[in-house]
Amino acid sequence: MIKIENISKNYSEKIVLDKVSLEIPKGKITSIIGANGAGKSTLLSIISRLLKQNHGSIIIDKKNIEDYKNRILAQHLSILKQSNHLDLKLTVKELVSFGRFPYSQGRLTAEDHEKVDEAIAFLDLKSIENSFVDELSGGQKQRAFLAMVVAQDTEYILLDEPLNNLDMKHSVQIMRTLRKLCKEKGKTIIIVIHEINFAANYSDYIVAMKDGKIRHYDTTKNIINPKVLNDIFDINFEIIEKKEQLFCDYFSALKDIY
Amino acid sequence: MSIPNKIFTLVLITLILSGLFLFYKLPNNWEYALERRSFKVASMLIVSCCIAYSSLVFQTLTNNKILTPSIMGFEAVYLLFQTLIVFVYGDKTFQVIKNSDNFFISIGLMMLFAFLLFILIFKRGKSNMYFLLLIGLVLGTLFGTVSSFLQLVIDPNEFLIIEGQMFASFNKINTDLFWYALAFMILSFIIGFRQIKNLDVIALGKEAAVNLGLDYDKTVKLYLFIIAVLVAVSTALVGPMTFLGILVTNLTYELFKTYKHSILIPACCLVSCIAVLGGQFIVEQVFNFNTTISIIINFVGGIYFMFLLLKAKKI
Amino acid sequence: MSISRIPRTVALILAGVGMSICGLIMQQMTQNRFVAPTTAGTLDAAKMGILASILFASQSGNFTRILFAFGFTFLASIIFLKIADRIRYRNIIFVPLVGLMFGGILNSITTFFAYKNNVVQNVNAWMVGDFSGILQGNYELVYLSIPAVVITYLYANKFTVVGMGENFSKNLGLNYRTVLNIGLFCVALTVSVVVLTVGTIPFLGLVIPNIVSILYGDNLRKTLPITAVFGAIFLLICDIIGRLIIFPFEVPIGMTVGIVGGVIFLILLIKKQR
Repeated sequence: MIKIENISKNYSEKIVLDKVSLEIPKGKITSIIGANGAGKSTLLSIISRLLKQNHGSIIIDKKNIEDYKNRILAQHLSILKQSNHLDLKLTVKELVSFGRFPYSQGRLTAEDHEKVDEAIAFLDLKSIENSFVDELSGGQKQRAFLAMVVAQDTEYILLDEPLNNLDMKHSVQIMRTLRKLCKEKGKTIIIVIHEINFAANYSDYIVAMKDGKIRHYDTTKNIINPKVLNDIFDINFEIIEKKEQLFCDYFSALKDIY
Repeated sequence: MSIPNKIFTLVLITLILSGLFLFYKLPNNWEYALERRSFKVASMLIVSCCIAYSSLVFQTLTNNKILTPSIMGFEAVYLLFQTLIVFVYGDKTFQVIKNSDNFFISIGLMMLFAFLLFILIFKRGKSNMYFLLLIGLVLGTLFGTVSSFLQLVIDPNEFLIIEGQMFASFNKINTDLFWYALAFMILSFIIGFRQIKNLDVIALGKEAAVNLGLDYDKTVKLYLFIIAVLVAVSTALVGPMTFLGILVTNLTYELFKTYKHSILIPACCLVSCIAVLGGQFIVEQVFNFNTTISIIINFVGGIYFMFLLLKAKKI
Repeated sequence: MSISRIPRTVALILAGVGMSICGLIMQQMTQNRFVAPTTAGTLDAAKMGILASILFASQSGNFTRILFAFGFTFLASIIFLKIADRIRYRNIIFVPLVGLMFGGILNSITTFFAYKNNVVQNVNAWMVGDFSGILQGNYELVYLSIPAVVITYLYANKFTVVGMGENFSKNLGLNYRTVLNIGLFCVALTVSVVVLTVGTIPFLGLVIPNIVSILYGDNLRKTLPITAVFGAIFLLICDIIGRLIIFPFEVPIGMTVGIVGGVIFLILLIKKQR
């Protein structure tokens, strides 16, 4: 379980996170939503220790992240940010193999090779496993990086806007893979996401942030309603339920100006 | 050509060039000449490897293929020191400061400079590579300015002393210094060797490296230190070779399309040796010592660099 | 008085105004606050021009030398802009870093030929920023920088638009090529003229516009005159310092500005990082 206790972060005068406290449940997908500047990415970076907080602490499995040795922490928690602009000559397989670094420091064992192959199959990359990463399309690149994270085989997986720059087909593909990871491998997934509809249909829990604070935190059903969403995003929503799926209609929000 | 074959070819070329240097037009009293030449070839190899290693690793640390450690201002510190000595002591320079003193003091100063830079940058655990570079750059320009003006005031005859220091030359290497330089180099290579896989991870970028559990700051500091030592030693031994690094690293990337530093580093060392041996041969046989190796290499390396910049879509 | 004091003061003011404005133009055109003649190879290009004039037209007067310097500086600026364009989208610090390396390359090429012809110290002498040699009769060419400054004032906002890119400019109906070339022309002219009359004054074009921007913001109409004034004042102060510190000898202005300017710039950088 991940416990976030009283996290605050500010850049000189500007307060980005204001005493944020949260408990992330195990084995579920939790989405973090909010308008631009709400502090979502900052929070994620702090949880994954990519960024240092000004106050507060992060407790992972009852231990403060600062007490973890970096290498061990990397075996429990992984984070995927925006795809890097890699101009390295790396094949997909070599990239995914990096995911095993926290375990074998670059000297791959038989078990490592197994995990790598597993990750590649999981993300459906077998046919391009020997292609160079810089020659792939956006969707394929993202899947390759995700495969690296899967090979890292951590309990907790954090993703920061993984669907940016992806077309619809690949977005759905990634989200379905995340659901698979959660269901089949029992991973705990925290994802910062912009597209409200993906959050609505693929998460178990949603954290709604505004101005550096957590405004709402509940199961998806309780968050996806017009009142809460209006509070978070400052526009009108209409929620349409159809065959167990929730569709948030904010496109007609400005109808009243006509 | 496969990678092992390529490496083999490079080793072969290096050996041939070294052989040329050792045996081409050997005079009659060949024992003395051979000994002198051996030292010269060995120092060329050492300096080439130091520069190759430090430039390649520096590019990995900065995630950038067109920067070199000289941009951090090391050479400016060295030149300033050389200028100051001549400015203060004039033509008595060689009597007051022996070559070996000069060597160690120069290295000491450059290390001090590196140390100060690093403290400035790594304070409060924030490591911003580009900030480091910018500071180094400004300081480098600053020292360069002071050097230029001091040089102006110096008597033209005395200026020749500095001119000798300004441009790298293998013709006047002190054999004692050679052994120290070799020791420094071997030590650095051994220390660096153990963490070579970490370099591969650093190449993925800071965030990916931290994600994979690397002690990023610690590793970066260690390598920056090694780089500082290698650059200081090679500069103090033969003088500034600014663009050699850029030339050889990019040639290496072109020839060896891999991310593995366990291949890139040795390959780069070989390419560098060939460049230096070849360059020096041209200086001696074609130009008849009318120019120096550093000028040729900066010239060629510089033009290659421009070409890279203009043709590259992404840098 | 009229033989040395007035010319010297005039040269000081014009150089200060000219170099600061140059820095400002370059920063507008690359949208990068770290670009200046020092960090874009402009000064090194001028040095190349001087070498060329020494080698190919050694008996000629100052005007010819300025023509050589101008030609090289103009060309180098074009090349630099092309390069800057390629890398502008990365970290803001790249451009001046690359500019410095570019300057280094030009320097190496210059040194290569200078060494061959044994004129290294000679060329360097031309580059020293020193007002003590200014006498009536050999400084008048610095007046040529005035038209450049005037043009800059008239074209100020256009340079900013050009800095946003070719598409942006086209969209606003601006003739991109023409405005760009005019900007480069002004920079090349000013730099050549100042370098030849006075010598190199490093950091001036870098530090002054940045200080002005911190104090007064980025509204070009407003800050342009202020930049000019600050530039002149700064140079005057440095000159006085240079003349007093080791009285009765004089520290060349290039060195004073280099040190004071460099230190100020460092402080600016460190402050910004916090």
